[in-house]
Amino acid sequence: MIDNINLLILAPYLNVQLLLDGLLIGAIFVLAAYGLALVWGVMNVKNLAQGDFVIMGGYIAWQVGTWGVNPLFGLPLAIVFMFAFGWAIYYLVIRYVIERDLFTSLLATFGMGLVISQSINLLFGPEVQIADSGLSIRSIYIFGGEVTVSEIKLLSFLMASSLAAVVILFMKNSRMGQAIRATAQDARAAKVMGIDTERVYAFTFALNAAICGAAGVLIAMIWNIQPFYGMTHSIRSFVIVTAAGFGNIPGVIMAGLGLGAAEQFSGFVFGAELQQATVVGLLVAVLVWRQIQSSRNRQAVI
Amino acid sequence: MELIEVSGVSKSYGGVVANKQISLKVRRGRITGMIGPNGSGKTTLFNSIVGYHPIDEGSIKFEGKEISKLRVQEIARLGMLRTFQQTRIYGKMNCVKNMLISVSHRTARFGDMFRPYSPELEEKAEHLLEFVGLYSKRRLISGDLSFGQQKLLEFAMALMSEPEVLLLDEPTAGINPTLINGLIDRLKQANEEFGITLFVIEHNMRVIMNLADNIYCLAHGEMLAEGTPEEIQTDQRVIDAYLGAH
Amino acid sequence: MKQHSQHLIPGLAILIFSLAAPFLFPNYVFQFALLWLMITFALTWDTLGGQMGYNSLGNIVFFGVGMYTSALVQIGLYYDIGEYTAAYGAILVQYDMEQYFTGLIIGLIAAGLVAVVFALAFGTIVFGLRGPYFAIGTLGVALAAGELVGAWDWVGAGSGISMPVYPGDPDDRALLYYFLLLALGVSTFLFLMWLYSTRFGLAINAIRDDEEKAEAMGIHTKRHKTVAWSVSAFFLGISGAIFGNMAGFIEPLEVAFPTITFGIFMVVMCLLGGKGTLWGPVLGATLFHVVKEVTWTHLLGWQWVVLGLLIIINVVFFQQGIIGWAQDKWPERFGIIVEDDDALLAAQDTAEALPDKGVG
Repeated sequence: MIDNINLLILAPYLNVQLLLDGLLIGAIFVLAAYGLALVWGVMNVKNLAQGDFVIMGGYIAWQVGTWGVNPLFGLPLAIVFMFAFGWAIYYLVIRYVIERDLFTSLLATFGMGLVISQSINLLFGPEVQIADSGLSIRSIYIFGGEVTVSEIKLLSFLMASSLAAVVILFMKNSRMGQAIRATAQDARAAKVMGIDTERVYAFTFALNAAICGAAGVLIAMIWNIQPFYGMTHSIRSFVIVTAAGFGNIPGVIMAGLGLGAAEQFSGFVFGAELQQATVVGLLVAVLVWRQIQSSRNRQAVI
Repeated sequence: MELIEVSGVSKSYGGVVANKQISLKVRRGRITGMIGPNGSGKTTLFNSIVGYHPIDEGSIKFEGKEISKLRVQEIARLGMLRTFQQTRIYGKMNCVKNMLISVSHRTARFGDMFRPYSPELEEKAEHLLEFVGLYSKRRLISGDLSFGQQKLLEFAMALMSEPEVLLLDEPTAGINPTLINGLIDRLKQANEEFGITLFVIEHNMRVIMNLADNIYCLAHGEMLAEGTPEEIQTDQRVIDAYLGAH
Repeated sequence: MKQHSQHLIPGLAILIFSLAAPFLFPNYVFQFALLWLMITFALTWDTLGGQMGYNSLGNIVFFGVGMYTSALVQIGLYYDIGEYTAAYGAILVQYDMEQYFTGLIIGLIAAGLVAVVFALAFGTIVFGLRGPYFAIGTLGVALAAGELVGAWDWVGAGSGISMPVYPGDPDDRALLYYFLLLALGVSTFLFLMWLYSTRFGLAINAIRDDEEKAEAMGIHTKRHKTVAWSVSAFFLGISGAIFGNMAGFIEPLEVAFPTITFGIFMVVMCLLGGKGTLWGPVLGATLFHVVKEVTWTHLLGWQWVVLGLLIIINVVFFQQGIIGWAQDKWPERFGIIVEDDDALLAAQDTAEALPDKGVG
């Protein structure tokens, strides 16, 4: 470990490389976190299966790859499939969990995550997979060749950003987007104004699933997937949302990118086996920080 | 020395000034009232006093001791309790248990938590439940009681704790009008017989004029007037504030 | 309180059956041992989750801490730990009875105590959190613990530790661990039965029902939370130590910190039986364990999927559990009645008699 730290000090471009890789992957984390915050804010459901939705998207991309098609085309497929899946899950499970206490939604979505991850394991096997887009070997070199930016990572970043932009614009300008925001603020008032809150909830959850699916496709292409990686992605999303707070889109972006960078650095210094520990360590750190903040207001972290 | 002394307390919430330079005194052994149109900052002031949130400026003293930086539990253990507008009780336990757990924790040492409740305490709990008319319902799960019954239970729980002062947030709100007299009587009894100082927020003018020894009127976050019920009732500023609010 | 007597008969019946079971069904000793482990899991989770309302998804961390502590003590007493773990099991530990039992007893006690220390250390961090944050925070701690221990070479890292072998007959060994787990389960139950009958029991219930109200009434919430957490940790730590010995070989992710399996079973069993009650966890654990053992092999491959579905169904539709359901159906049996006292009825009539619908 000390050797790794020394390397970082001796080779400044290594830092840039790690930072850049971190930001590029962090954009995907931002997507998943946004979806989590959306569902949480609109329906007060804490979706512990968020990461498993991401992994589902990843496997869609991988599957597309096994059919001889470039996984990039898995993106629209994943979005459509996951949207429908999310809609179905809403009507099967989520709507029974909305009015209940927090523990119910947490444990129910955990159960969902268990079903999904175990099913994926049975269908696809426990091996770690990558969706080969054919672009991972092609890279751009900057800083005089010291820093490598693989094309697929760059492409993924652009796609993640575009998707995020599309979703945000949708939320701001479309009728459904406005309906969602109205319901998030006051569901009863929204109902009274004629908004079909059930449909809004279903749409929101489906939208979240679609966002996760898209994120999963990107993750499969620039990183890797495995049936049981979902939990770590879920925790990542929670870290970001907890750090940034609600309704704070710039905060979510910064936290997501920051998390990506932090993971790259710690992965380098501590080794890859401690990945989950790093994410959790950050989670604990964020929660403790929040707690200190709240105790200044004489309250507990709600 | 007054029991509670609030001096120049201000509190803002994200741009809205809820309390501005409020000063008031709650005298030991008396019933002090606080009235004011909706949004005048009454509950905010209560919350500040009991430690629910920090204040922006000013001082709050209880029995001469500064409490504005203390936490809710610490203030409660000094002998200041409050009831909630939405009525909060321990919904999954029965009434007797709600009462027992309300025994004062002021002097509770670490080892005390492992002792059982004595028969005397159970008797006291049942006696107080009978005082508020809930004796026959004492074994029911408190969450299953009606709203008004829960309000009475909350009141009984506060009495069980034998506080120095009890802050009541709209104690008659939501109560059937025909039963309000009973509640007023019980409040008076608590004050006169049990010696508990009361500080009451009320919207029901008949109740507060009947109950309080002196009244403070808030409007738009500021102290508008203070005086005896007669003085307040005839104070033009108070009348204007209420009429203007509607 | 008078309720103690009604526990006595079923309690004795279970005790007698449990003492005889390993002799009546010698092929199932391991299963019975596991059952008592499950009961301990459910009871200790319920203290935090059911009685106090702090739904921990990471209680399993104490199980692992206890397991490793005991292993280290048992080996460390007579060997150098670093050497032992570096040898990956090449060093074969041969103890005689005295050495073995000394190690075991000290190991078990140490397991409980270290788990409590761990609980105290983490309690401060974790108890400022409420609701979902507490659940996810504890889940994260358990997941991370597994990984961290898995990266720690001194305790064997991912290769784990081979436990000292019982110097005697394997059948006796099975019996030994069965009775240890039985003793643990029974002590946990009896201890909790006492604990819940004191002021502590009411206090943690109050924290569960409305923590802000409890604070506003002056309850020392922090004290109570810490004690509850430590009690849970103590019994879980010892259970981990016993199980580690029973398994014979411990390893961070699958054996010591099985967060997604044992860790979640704890929650499911309490939900099934009825959380917040004494017998609920026991019932739930028994039902869960029996059904699981019977159906597991038949559902080959899909057992986890079924478990996930069961969790969803239980949480959504049957959250009160068996005891909770019984309480709703027959409230009188649980003492939830409207009770009039003739002498006081008269007093009530003159004072304000409150009709059920009249007020509010």
